[in-house]
Amino acid sequence: MLDGFSAEILARVQFAFTVSFHIIFPAFSIGLASYLAVLNGLWIKTRDETYLTLFNYWKKIFAVAFGMGVVSGIVMSYQFGTNWSVFSDRAGPVVGPLMAYEVLSAFFLEAGFLGIMLFGRERVGERLHMFATAMVAFGTLMSATWILSVNSWMQTPAGFSIAENGQFVPEDWWAIIFNPSFLHRLVHMVLAAYLTTALVVGAVGALHLLRDRTDREARRMFSMAMWMAIIVTPLQIFAGHEHGLNTLEHQPVKIMAMEGHYESHPDGWTPLYLFGIPNDAEQRLDYAVGIPGLGNLIFEHPLDHPTEGLDTIADEDQPPVFIVFWSFRVMVGLGFLMLGLGVWSAWARWRGTLFDAKWLHRASIAMGPTGFVAVLAGWITTEVGRQPFTVYGFLRTSDSLAPVAAPAVAASLVAFIIVYFAVFGAGTYYLLRMMNKRPATPNLGLRDGPIRTAGITPAPQIDPDFIPGE
Amino acid sequence: MVFDLAFIWAGLIAFAVLTYVVLDGFDLGIGILFPFGKSEQDRDLMMNSVAPVWDGNETWLVLGGGGLFAVFPLAYAIVMPALYMPITLMLLALVFRGVSFEYRWRTKNKGLWDAAFFGGSVVAALCQGIALGALVQGIEIDGRAYGGGWFDWLTPFSLLTGFAVVVGYGLLGATWLIYKTEHEIQIQMRGYAWWLGAVTLGLIGLVSILTPFQGPEYFQRWFNLPTSVFVMVVPMLMLALTWAFYTGLNDGKDLQPFLSALGFFVVSFIGIGISFYPMMVPPSLTIWDAAAPDSSLAFALVGAVILIPIILVYTAYAYWVFRGKMDPSEGYH
Repeated sequence: MLDGFSAEILARVQFAFTVSFHIIFPAFSIGLASYLAVLNGLWIKTRDETYLTLFNYWKKIFAVAFGMGVVSGIVMSYQFGTNWSVFSDRAGPVVGPLMAYEVLSAFFLEAGFLGIMLFGRERVGERLHMFATAMVAFGTLMSATWILSVNSWMQTPAGFSIAENGQFVPEDWWAIIFNPSFLHRLVHMVLAAYLTTALVVGAVGALHLLRDRTDREARRMFSMAMWMAIIVTPLQIFAGHEHGLNTLEHQPVKIMAMEGHYESHPDGWTPLYLFGIPNDAEQRLDYAVGIPGLGNLIFEHPLDHPTEGLDTIADEDQPPVFIVFWSFRVMVGLGFLMLGLGVWSAWARWRGTLFDAKWLHRASIAMGPTGFVAVLAGWITTEVGRQPFTVYGFLRTSDSLAPVAAPAVAASLVAFIIVYFAVFGAGTYYLLRMMNKRPATPNLGLRDGPIRTAGITPAPQIDPDFIPGE
Repeated sequence: MVFDLAFIWAGLIAFAVLTYVVLDGFDLGIGILFPFGKSEQDRDLMMNSVAPVWDGNETWLVLGGGGLFAVFPLAYAIVMPALYMPITLMLLALVFRGVSFEYRWRTKNKGLWDAAFFGGSVVAALCQGIALGALVQGIEIDGRAYGGGWFDWLTPFSLLTGFAVVVGYGLLGATWLIYKTEHEIQIQMRGYAWWLGAVTLGLIGLVSILTPFQGPEYFQRWFNLPTSVFVMVVPMLMLALTWAFYTGLNDGKDLQPFLSALGFFVVSFIGIGISFYPMMVPPSLTIWDAAAPDSSLAFALVGAVILIPIILVYTAYAYWVFRGKMDPSEGYH
């Protein structure tokens, strides 16, 4: 079925497939963990039952999404070795310890406090439960920090030397962790996770508002989500632009691919292409529609500043332009649609029709999944744009591969595709079904979920200030 | 014996793997015993007894893999391709069983995810045992990469170790349930534990007898003076634990069988460590060959020394919060 493909391309497809599935869950759980911490904090502060109901509603959804993130993440931690063993051997001394820090400072924190956050309110009392909830949220952010440092180092490597055996040897950990693109990437991704979650929460709120505009929980979550949309989207667009300038400085070839700039413009007036079909074979952008000069302005250069194109780069050092060019446009396009939704909601709020504007609610539902699409498109842009290297400029993808024969990689790829679509397809279906129920519904599943309670001491005896959770 | 960064890290990785085996062993064991749950309530109870802790347990597997990547990247780069198939199968199996914890509550088709929980647990345990057996038998190295074939891992010996791990995890699951439950299900598990214990000990014995013949180094270590005198401590400990296990079971103790069964694993693990040392990947890659540069080892060690004790504290706290017997009447609607 996959005859004729090289082991390299199969391994790349396999990694792209498993990591793409995986990133969907953290993108959601980073945002949702923080949202849960906010909801729980507001419940404790205001004693408004709406917050507690929302907390209990989203926590069950979080549990399912988090479980999917855990299992798809375990796969990632082994796939570096099974499929990219030469990369692991060479780059392991640098990226390995960063990932070890991720496991030690983030994964254990999340997993250790998750049980208490999900099932422990009655057992440990409100204060410790709030602490556990905050630790889970903090853990997701720590995880993002370390893994983005790893990824950024692969994009903009710094602080190392290369030993005789080919290994990257860490020389300056500060320079490695805070490599040139790290902070830009971290901010961009965390904002993306928050925005993605806000769009999902907004869509669920809108769905229930369309059914019953007096639904208290739906009103509350929709309002919170739309505040996020109007505040975070402009910040994200600004952060994305800054990230782009950083890429222009450190990975100019990636920018050439993102912008479809095959040709150099020695006299400036570089166009910004809105549309085009990249043609790598002929090294030109077919059917190009561009605005002259806007390219220079986007790069924050004077109009007559010369720009270089892919014609200055050897073919074997170029990324595949079509994917990078279009995935970038998908991400940016969706970003502006999100901004549109934010502005529309702010207008409706100012007019006092936030909970009555049916078309706004319908638009919010349509925009619900777009955060995930934008996250994936953004990652495709940056990862495919890094090609043909794994460690940018130093280690080629074709030299990173494990000595595993193509049939073995093909077989495992097929297995991953079947299993992931079945398992995560089912999970997505369950998530959607839970979201389809009103927040005030006592049971989201047939049953509320695992009981996860044990013990001979009833909760009130542990904590005299015990407050029934659900 | 050189007490340096590489040696300390070998000890820490061994600790992470052992902690994984000890912790996830019993929750995989619950999956292995799942079809023997007599009613839906019993199966709910079995799964609920590990639900708050399973993902913390599996995080130790990520630390084992991620830690190896960090501090022994060459060993990671050689072992993973060598065990490509069992590792990939184990990961897929863990996907199935991991999601079952949440999924089975979200559907009318509970049987499907019950089967996934059982199948995933069995296959994951089997693959872990196979990986262990293949490692004991040795991995062929060519330069800085795996040099063997794609089915080198598949031998009668590795299948035996695979089977032994499935049975052993089943034993851990049964004794965990003795500790966490009461009445019929506890009586049922006491019965299972008796037999699972006997078969586990028999398999440990068989593997122990066969191991010295898997490599001349092993043989020398176990049967030549003076090392054989010291290593005899291992079978002695095993005998003591066997006594503790069966007296605990017969006297109706709740926790003693579980702790003794964990002891079987700890002592077996020490035995494997004695066989392997100073190899990281038998028969030729030592701990020092495989170690990352000192700058990597030192940096990672700072984090490990600070964070591992903290992790142990809050992990223990999470177990303490969910301590005691399960109450089957709690939590339903």
